[in-house]
Amino acid sequence: MKIKRSGWSLPYFIFLLLFVALPLVLIAVYALQDSSGRFTLDNIGRFFSDSDALSTFALSLEVAVENTLICLLLGYPAAWILANRKYNRSTVTIILFILPMWINALMRTLATAELFNMLGVELGKGTLLYGMAYDYLPFMVYPIYNILQKIDPSYAEAAEDLGATPSKVFLKVTLPLSMPGVISGVMMVFMPTVSTFAISEFLTNSKIKLFGTIIQENINSSMWNYGAALSLIMLVIIGITSLFDNKSSAAAQEGVI
Amino acid sequence: MENYIIDLQHLSKSFGDKKVLHDINIKVRKGEFVTLLGPSGCGKTTILRLIAGFLAPDEGKILLDGKDIVELPPYQRPLNTVFQRYALFPHLDVYDNIAFGLKLKNVPQKDIDAKVRKVLRLVNMEDYEERDVDSLSGGQQQRVAIARALVNQPKVLLLDEPLAALDLKMRKDMQIELKEMHEKLGITFIYVTHDQEEALTLSDTIVVLNEGRIQQIGTPADIYNEPVNSFVADFIGDSNILDGTMVCDRRVRFIDEEFNCVDEGFGENTPVEVVVRPEDVNIKKDIQKGLFFGTITSCTFKGVYYQLFLNTDKGYELMAHDYRKFEVGDLVGINILPENIQVMKKERTCNAFDATVLDSTHLEMLDGEFECLPTEIAPGTKVRAEVAFDKIDILDHQEEGSAAGQVYSIIYKGDHYHLTVLTDKRKHIYVNTNDVWDKRDLVGVRIEPKDIKIVEINED
Repeated sequence: MKIKRSGWSLPYFIFLLLFVALPLVLIAVYALQDSSGRFTLDNIGRFFSDSDALSTFALSLEVAVENTLICLLLGYPAAWILANRKYNRSTVTIILFILPMWINALMRTLATAELFNMLGVELGKGTLLYGMAYDYLPFMVYPIYNILQKIDPSYAEAAEDLGATPSKVFLKVTLPLSMPGVISGVMMVFMPTVSTFAISEFLTNSKIKLFGTIIQENINSSMWNYGAALSLIMLVIIGITSLFDNKSSAAAQEGVI
Repeated sequence: MENYIIDLQHLSKSFGDKKVLHDINIKVRKGEFVTLLGPSGCGKTTILRLIAGFLAPDEGKILLDGKDIVELPPYQRPLNTVFQRYALFPHLDVYDNIAFGLKLKNVPQKDIDAKVRKVLRLVNMEDYEERDVDSLSGGQQQRVAIARALVNQPKVLLLDEPLAALDLKMRKDMQIELKEMHEKLGITFIYVTHDQEEALTLSDTIVVLNEGRIQQIGTPADIYNEPVNSFVADFIGDSNILDGTMVCDRRVRFIDEEFNCVDEGFGENTPVEVVVRPEDVNIKKDIQKGLFFGTITSCTFKGVYYQLFLNTDKGYELMAHDYRKFEVGDLVGINILPENIQVMKKERTCNAFDATVLDSTHLEMLDGEFECLPTEIAPGTKVRAEVAFDKIDILDHQEEGSAAGQVYSIIYKGDHYHLTVLTDKRKHIYVNTNDVWDKRDLVGVRIEPKDIKIVEINED
């Protein structure tokens, strides 16, 4: 018997159903129930009246924005140098930049924490941002590098030919053309930072709580319903930002920023 | 003394250890349409990039209005380029692409508007201001690219194969438009192309290049009618290129016939090359009216003329163009007028390779080892090895030969092919053969020991 082409997608479909759709449904179900299983919106409402959770959420967003900015400021020049044949002719340097991605983030974070302990650096927001930037920098560098090295060098030549100094070439041609890379880099750094909790736990000795930490605490202390509600809220907010970003990155691709 | 807007003096350029330009000297008058013409890899684009400033020459000067601009970066040179693949900015619309250069110069918005509109009218692209460049056809993008360069009123417009990406019909139309624009604007155009027909149609002056060297500079008519060597003759238009001998002044012998010609000063019994354009091979239906006779072997309709191939009675093949149709097998008379015979000095009559004696029976040359007849010359001595064109065997496989190379050019000489084979280190081997080879074939090279003539070189 011949299997239809669409039949090949069945295993993936089952996988998605079991490990993506089902958990999402479960989160939603738990979030909209009280502990005895009755439908309620209290969990959601509780978040908006829980000043502790709200301020943590605000702090998470703040840290995520800061981390994204740090990664962007460090990552863009790095990507630009890597993509520039004048400064970099070897793929080895690129691999060196990507290499940290191959090692478990938790291990790297623990090692960083040990390093700070050894050096006697007090753990706090500074070390948190350091750790986050360290963890997420490759996710910023890689997409930007990818876009930059695909930009046809004749665009820069054309701009120079029309009278643009090297800095104008960058501002008027290279930067706008690399925006799709910047946007996907920002997405890949910003979204996971909002929900992170391990880094803040290890690199601030749990002094700073992020939104991810609260969810983890609630789940750990068996407050599944409230934990699920918080997860749902975070999902919705990330979902909204990603929708917005998708739109602008699609626009960037078409050149109508 | 004449004033030149562009004056290239002794330019040379290497990429790594490969020298791509040798002592280039070109003078361009204001308002002239100059075409750099040659096969790919001849260095024509490199010259353009040197003028634009994207590359720096190893040696030589680039004078613009008498001032050397070698040190100026591209953005300070009053020249603009039309790129081969247009290089229109994909993130800007047509208007912003064209206004790019003007905005950088802080031209007032009102003037920018007026200039952009004017140049769009010039390239017949009104009403396209708001369009995305990706939504334009190849020809339209080309027009925008030309407009983007012209709007800055450059002293010289550099065009790098601007029509190469267009289809034939479009290319013909754009050729006419470019020519009109050039006449209307009076801007100097320097145009790069590998298309000889385009060069003949457009240019005031053509510079023919090959392997980084200028072969000939002249008007289209000069280049077509009086090519200086077989490369130019072969590259520009169809031609019969034949080996011959200058018997004496005004008398030349080729295809085993003797002809009157108009050339003098070659000396007596000097080997020469002869070019006869196919339209100058006159065919007479009455064989008595020809100087010699031949048989039609093919007749192909080409639109306005028939392309004919003839076998002469002495066994040479000639190409002819005629308005009349002939049948294959027709016996016809052939005549060539003296003024239509272009005689060129032969650049070389045999191969002369740099060689080193290895031992009494071996030479090192062409990056390989060749057997030779016993010699008394001490090993290690540098000598010249001379080999006749027809004494070189070329073989199907590189490893079969003592040296290896690639077929670089092929010229048909009526009864044999004259090949140029380049070794990896770009040494030239010239071969006469009856076998059919293709450009870029990888070949082995073999020479019989008895055919290598060793010539000692004086060390001074």
